[in-house]
Amino acid sequence: MKGGPGARVLALHLGLIAALFAAQFVLGAYHHTNLARIMVLATYAVGYNLLLGYTGLMSLGHAMFFAAGMYGAGLSIYYLGFGAIPGFALGVACALGLALAFGAFALRTSGVSFLIVTMMFGQAFYLTILYFNQVTFGDQGFILSDRLPAALVDPDVKYNAALLVFAACFLASAFLVRSPFGRILVAIRENEARARLLGYDTYTCKLVVLTLSGGMSGAAGAAYALLFSYVGASFAAILNSIYPLLWTLLGGAGTTLGPVLGTGLMFYLVDFTSGWTSAYLFVVGGALLVLVLFFPLGVMGTVRAKLAPWIP
Amino acid sequence: MSFGPHLLLALLEGAVTACVLAVTALGLSLVFGVMRIVNVAHGEFYMLGAVVAWFCASLTGGSALGGFLLALVCAPLVVAGLAIATDWLVLRRVNYHPESTIVATIGLLYLLQQAVLSGYGPDARPVEAPIYFRVAFPWFGYSGYKLVVIGASVMLLLGTWAVLARTRAGLCMRATQQDPEMALAHGVPVRLVYTAVFAAGAMLAAVAGVLIVPIQQAHYLMGLDPLLLSFIVVIIGGLGSLRGTVVAAFVIGMSDGVISMFFSPTLAKILATLLVALVLVVRPSGLFGERP
Amino acid sequence: MSADTQRTHAIRTGSSPVTRRALLKAGAGAAAAGAASLALAPLSRIAWAAGSDEPIRIGFQVHRTGIGATYGRWYERTANAAATYLNENGGIAGRPVELVPEDDGTDPKRGAEVVEKFATAHGVDFVYGPLFSHVVIGSAPRAGELKMPYFVVSEGYHVASGSLNRYVFQPGITDVRAQVQAMAPWVAGNLGRRVTMMFPDYAFGYDHRDYFSAAVEAQGGSIAAKIAIPPTESSFTKYFPQVPADTEVLYHVMVGPGVLTFVKEMGEHYGSNRPQIFGFIDSLEGVDIASPGLSFLEGTYLWEALPRYADGLDSDANRHYRERVGINDEGASVDDPKDVSTNSHMFGCWETLFVIKRAVEESGYRSRNPDDVAALIEALEGFDSFDEGIPHPQGYKEFNGALHQCYGRQFISEVREGRLAVVHTTSIEDGKYEAEADYTTQSL
Repeated sequence: MKGGPGARVLALHLGLIAALFAAQFVLGAYHHTNLARIMVLATYAVGYNLLLGYTGLMSLGHAMFFAAGMYGAGLSIYYLGFGAIPGFALGVACALGLALAFGAFALRTSGVSFLIVTMMFGQAFYLTILYFNQVTFGDQGFILSDRLPAALVDPDVKYNAALLVFAACFLASAFLVRSPFGRILVAIRENEARARLLGYDTYTCKLVVLTLSGGMSGAAGAAYALLFSYVGASFAAILNSIYPLLWTLLGGAGTTLGPVLGTGLMFYLVDFTSGWTSAYLFVVGGALLVLVLFFPLGVMGTVRAKLAPWIP
Repeated sequence: MSFGPHLLLALLEGAVTACVLAVTALGLSLVFGVMRIVNVAHGEFYMLGAVVAWFCASLTGGSALGGFLLALVCAPLVVAGLAIATDWLVLRRVNYHPESTIVATIGLLYLLQQAVLSGYGPDARPVEAPIYFRVAFPWFGYSGYKLVVIGASVMLLLGTWAVLARTRAGLCMRATQQDPEMALAHGVPVRLVYTAVFAAGAMLAAVAGVLIVPIQQAHYLMGLDPLLLSFIVVIIGGLGSLRGTVVAAFVIGMSDGVISMFFSPTLAKILATLLVALVLVVRPSGLFGERP
Repeated sequence: MSADTQRTHAIRTGSSPVTRRALLKAGAGAAAAGAASLALAPLSRIAWAAGSDEPIRIGFQVHRTGIGATYGRWYERTANAAATYLNENGGIAGRPVELVPEDDGTDPKRGAEVVEKFATAHGVDFVYGPLFSHVVIGSAPRAGELKMPYFVVSEGYHVASGSLNRYVFQPGITDVRAQVQAMAPWVAGNLGRRVTMMFPDYAFGYDHRDYFSAAVEAQGGSIAAKIAIPPTESSFTKYFPQVPADTEVLYHVMVGPGVLTFVKEMGEHYGSNRPQIFGFIDSLEGVDIASPGLSFLEGTYLWEALPRYADGLDSDANRHYRERVGINDEGASVDDPKDVSTNSHMFGCWETLFVIKRAVEESGYRSRNPDDVAALIEALEGFDSFDEGIPHPQGYKEFNGALHQCYGRQFISEVREGRLAVVHTTSIEDGKYEAEADYTTQSL
């Protein structure tokens, strides 16, 4: 990755992480907690973007991976007395496993069928959590506070833990999309039949990227459980599958920075509008419509098209 | 209650679910079949049908039958108007691109939910059944209106079939479905057909909403369940296959009735989804879908 | 939102002329009843104490959207009415009260974010108001971590079970465990001893399932069947066949939008040959008992925490409360008789605000610094009872400082001619249970 664009790209990504690290020293308490939360959610969007932005597969059921990470971590800590780090690792493993198993048959479909199948299985996963409520506490959820290390209460620890998870997934995704494998993904996105004709095993490629995407979503879910010490079924509901789609589209699908930006913008948009209206579904729905109609590339996509064609 | 009557009740319940589901899913399937797009706001059209029925019922005051008949006219018209506006303002502008359409209709879904929440309120409101009689079986009583729903749904299904198979409009739709360019070349106004189909699909959902509301109450979140069930149905039946949709609706509806009666409704929904997985493994294009 | 705000405003201004008279009466009664009410003696116009114009700011976490919106609307009206009343009568410790509302969408994720926003952006003194248990449970850890006193009005057993933390209190409404337990003696004694329970398939329902069944068995009764119903269910015909034939009492608690359907289908299933039926009003909150679909409930019994119809509890304090909140004798909004209140829950918002007032005044709380917050929490934990009166129109309550939970009487009403008529009032003793937790052992 040496040379002109490579160095710039590297500098851009490391610069973002450095900026996020520096931000904790200048931000007030409110934006400090918000940013910690945004980084966790942005991890989710980064994972989502691998699938939507770079492979062209739209999922409406990603909340199941988020929830798999959340419950994998939460239940093992709650019942088995796992520590924070083993719990997190197990959460990510659960999400990876679920994504692999789900992808193995869901990827037999394509296009619109794939979309519908993801949405249905997302809902089935949600219902499964409700069905086994004796274990999962269903709708009501459960609290991890007293089972987690006391240090996690500290806002600085929260912030930097969130930053660590985010940075790992963010850099991994940036590296991945610039690797030869990433090029194959883009080829699949642009024309799957041709990619297949060129001899690529597109099914396996899609399965790998779906698994990675699910794993990152699970990492976000597990981090959420640990940092905000609550595990509940509402995180598996459909709205939580729509959010990463919205964030990614807003920031710009198929750009590495887009999902991060989209998550932050949307968070503050909802937060800001809550001051004068509680109709936040208008904000969500309106944003989706406006994006599709007038702004299909999203923020970073537009920047790339107009200003800086080199950004990944 | 012994097994026999219990099963009878399960089958009756299943038949009601199946019929309403068939009507709703048919709308979704029709839109997909002709236009190759998925309308995620389909469930909200169903919900709007129910909400309009409530408004009609409160307008006509005392007469439940009057309100119901008014709703049967108004709900499809209101929802069709909305669907036409959506088609013109949104779907045409994204050129019916499948993914953009999905994102746009998700946006529409939330706009409609919020509009109903703001304008109609968060409460579930009842609508009286137009005809009320209790069918007394030796073991249990059953709502006569539910039997009316079964009858009305079957008539709607037959009516839709007749329109598609026997009329000029139906011919245009089928021609567009098979090959839009060729249809255009033969003078079929494809854009108009798209608008009409999108409106017709929405109307079917709205009528299903009107039919169900005396059984279920009108609530702004009621659209999600029928949407997901419709998805299950159209996937199992094969996207775009109307025959498959109707068959699958009956399979899913009846099994839902029986499983949720003897086990748990949540389990029934989970099992239905797993059935989808099975179908996809065996036949990725669904039971009646065309092989790609 | 704006329509609601306007309506609340109309209620407030519209009721003020009548209020003063009621206030004089009620004030006199309350003064006789106990010292707690003395501070609220009607002073026509209060000059705020010098140098303390800085308001006490209370974050009001409200379900304006989502599944809890019916409740949220009334919670907000009640809280506003209580705050207005307090401000007309000297505020809290001579300082005005300012409610800062934020919608949580009845969603635990947003709930936690809202608590953070209150603590770090709005800089409120306390947070108050949520009802739905998943929102409470999702938000409580953040409230604890931010050391933010968090007053919930949720009636869930999660506070008293010890699963939350030292900063969470429920001083305005009895928890569901005590409520259901208090029902058992009357149900077993008057309706029958063989009970089938139908309850929602989530935590709130399990509290009913576990604690009512234990209580009815302690009364010598037995449970014929326990039927759990998923919260999203919209058709119930399929569940009635599961009710055993030897059932004497059908016990139902169905929080969900489908309640009218539930009742109608119950009627279709049983016709005129039904068991005794006892239910919790939760799912009928906000619903007119005279709705056409509810005719089958005629002659059945319902739990109420505070009677919906004014004649159910004829006291000065209750009349005053109803006037200030703006509900008529049928328990609906005075502006719109179709807009039925959630009267068995929302009084908790009223009462909680007065508990906050008393805690602030007794602890000398000034601002949200660690010492003042600790003093406030210790003052709260030192409370043992609240007297009936303007601050507590629902009635006298005991407060358990170790559990952070209050306990009051409950009502049982019969549906008669499309109205609710109180037939029994429980004692606090009926709902007593062995404490399972002690928050005071946690560090502050």
